[in-house]
Amino acid sequence: MSTPLFDLTLTEEQRMTREGMRKMVRDSLFPQSRAADDAAKANGELLNSIAGFGLALMPMPEALGGVGMPRSPLSNALAVEDLAEGDISHTLAALQPMAAVNALVDFGSDEQQERWLPAMATETFTGAAIALTEPRATFEPSSPATTAQSANGQVVLNGVKSLVPLAEQCEWFVMVAAEKGEVSAFIVPKDAAGLTIQAEAYMGLRSAEPATLTLESVTVPEADRLAHFDLDRLLGLSRIGQCALAVGCCQAVMEYAIPYVNERKAFGEPIAWRQSVAFMVANMAIEIEGMRLMMLRAASRAEQGLDFHKEAYLAQLLCMEKAMEIGTNGIQLFGGAGFVRDYPLEMWYRNLRSIAVLHGSLMV
Amino acid sequence: MINLELPEKLTQTQKMAQQLASGVFRPIARKYDAIEHCDTPEELKPVAQMMAAMPRAGGKKDGGSDGIKNGSNMMGIMGVEAMCWGDVGLMLSIPGASGLGNAAIMAVGTPEQKEKYGKLYCAMAITEPGAGSDSAAVATTAVADGDEWVLNGEKIYCTAGQRCDAIVVWATLDKTLGKAAIKSFIVPRDNPGVQLVRVEDKMGLRVSDTAALAFNNCRIPKDHILGSAEVGDTEEARKKAFGGVMQTFDNTRPQVAAMALGVARAALEITREVFEKEGLEADFSKLPYNSTARELELYRLEAALEAARLMTLKAAWMADNGQPNSREASMCKAKAGRMGNDVTLKCVALCGELGYSERTLLEKLARDSKIIDIFEGTQQIQQLIVARHLLGLSSKELK
Repeated sequence: MSTPLFDLTLTEEQRMTREGMRKMVRDSLFPQSRAADDAAKANGELLNSIAGFGLALMPMPEALGGVGMPRSPLSNALAVEDLAEGDISHTLAALQPMAAVNALVDFGSDEQQERWLPAMATETFTGAAIALTEPRATFEPSSPATTAQSANGQVVLNGVKSLVPLAEQCEWFVMVAAEKGEVSAFIVPKDAAGLTIQAEAYMGLRSAEPATLTLESVTVPEADRLAHFDLDRLLGLSRIGQCALAVGCCQAVMEYAIPYVNERKAFGEPIAWRQSVAFMVANMAIEIEGMRLMMLRAASRAEQGLDFHKEAYLAQLLCMEKAMEIGTNGIQLFGGAGFVRDYPLEMWYRNLRSIAVLHGSLMV
Repeated sequence: MINLELPEKLTQTQKMAQQLASGVFRPIARKYDAIEHCDTPEELKPVAQMMAAMPRAGGKKDGGSDGIKNGSNMMGIMGVEAMCWGDVGLMLSIPGASGLGNAAIMAVGTPEQKEKYGKLYCAMAITEPGAGSDSAAVATTAVADGDEWVLNGEKIYCTAGQRCDAIVVWATLDKTLGKAAIKSFIVPRDNPGVQLVRVEDKMGLRVSDTAALAFNNCRIPKDHILGSAEVGDTEEARKKAFGGVMQTFDNTRPQVAAMALGVARAALEITREVFEKEGLEADFSKLPYNSTARELELYRLEAALEAARLMTLKAAWMADNGQPNSREASMCKAKAGRMGNDVTLKCVALCGELGYSERTLLEKLARDSKIIDIFEGTQQIQQLIVARHLLGLSSKELK
């Protein structure tokens, strides 16, 4: 056969991973997500459980303590989707190291990988993150306001990065900055002089503990500039990650709503018997199907080494708009019960808004 | 293994259909939109011959190593999408085995029926003045009389009802028995008792003949019934019988969804051409909200098309691989139907005067797209089907 067939069947390995993740979602991730959101604090056990799936270890060279598998954006996307069905916040936070490792594997030289990856070769959570987003309405990844000035083998970084999950627990960051219009990425250790970390409160993602990083003349050696940095690839793969977050959480919204509308009675019969309610559920299923397939297409193209920029862009656009529609309709179906914090719907609503705001953080 | 790219044999099918669409359909799309009522366009006759000569897609021998198939349902999607990029009305007017009635005959017909009618141009007559989406309310009657069935009633909105060779007519054996007594019958177009009442004037799809037909003591041989003549004597058996009839739609709905895909792609391509002539790029280089309103709208429409396209392919892929796809068939029809309408209408608006005038095909595409969200099950019927599946509700509970 010259070209592979269109196929939506998971491999045996993907199926088994899916089973394991779904079990963990049912048993601990979802049940503990509310308490962590209330506390605005990540649950360390959950972070370790997710780290235990070894997604960050997979692409790491064996010699550096990893598994040495080929990079697999598709398997990562499937994992993000499954975990996000339990909780977007912990999925985003716990998989930051995976994203940072992926960036090192894809963009770093051998020396850079040797220098920064061994510390990440752990089966419990070890923090590292990509810092791209900046606190401006008109923020555009290709022209960050964070600047890099190089002179004498040193690079001086200045600027503000935001929405970095669990920054306090990170060993290092992949910092994206521009020098004369040229966008580069640098490894910045957490204890670098001039780097301050400030917790920031957001509408959602509260248990991911997102923080703002301020860089005042942070100086790194030229050797820590990622050798093969490709912003489009970072953005594209992160868009796939964002889509997977959205798909997983939206699936949770729908599955939570179905039994409720079947049980909740008004005017003497289940509200599900009314078209205005039933059609909202139908439209959730319809849009989730489209979101998931677009996410999968972009991921499978990335997996096969095909260009996936446009596919990821369109998938993310669809996901950011439809996910919020599903989030808000989830509350609507529950009425007042959706608005109170006894139910997870309001948390999902707050978390789903982030899909439009996150950039370059969950590189699959 | 998950792969949403298309294998060569499917892209080849698409290429061939696309050549037909751009070489034959596009050049005459405007002409027949203006003529509206006519016999089968001369230009379509060689197309019909060509299609009749094509081997029917088998599918079995080219399965993947793990038994996965990309077969005739997916092939159909590729062909329909590309032809409808050229012109939906013309695609529906190709005389021959692509008629809506043919799908029913091929799905449930006997070997003799397939042999005799399979290659003719067969229309499908379901809708009546008093029975639209509610197909179980069909009032046309079929009464056994000796070696014949006698049909009486009125059918409307029958695609190809004027030009077809035969019509698959839905009629009831006994109105008091409801859905289970509804059967379909093959009626030759020139059979005595078949009367063409009128051909409708429409907003779009003008070249396609949409007919009202009357059946007055129309007598056909006993063996012209599709499927069994028995009416189940239990509730369960009756449900199953009508379900069987409705199952034809699981295969045809993705094909109709594919019509919307072709129309929408045509509109988006024209819009991009218009934009490029005026110096607009829309190259996905900026975040959505940093793009211009025009770019963002175009991206949204492209995303909606892509979502509908993948959903349609999935539903067809499931059919090709023997997976029950009733829910997916309705989901793709719902998504594609509304997407096609939305995309074409927005493209008209995005191109301003150029879109609204007959200078481009956009206004025609916007007129043509509307019916795709109505025939083969309206948007609302698809949503009902999807909702009943999801919620586990019957048609008595969720009306």
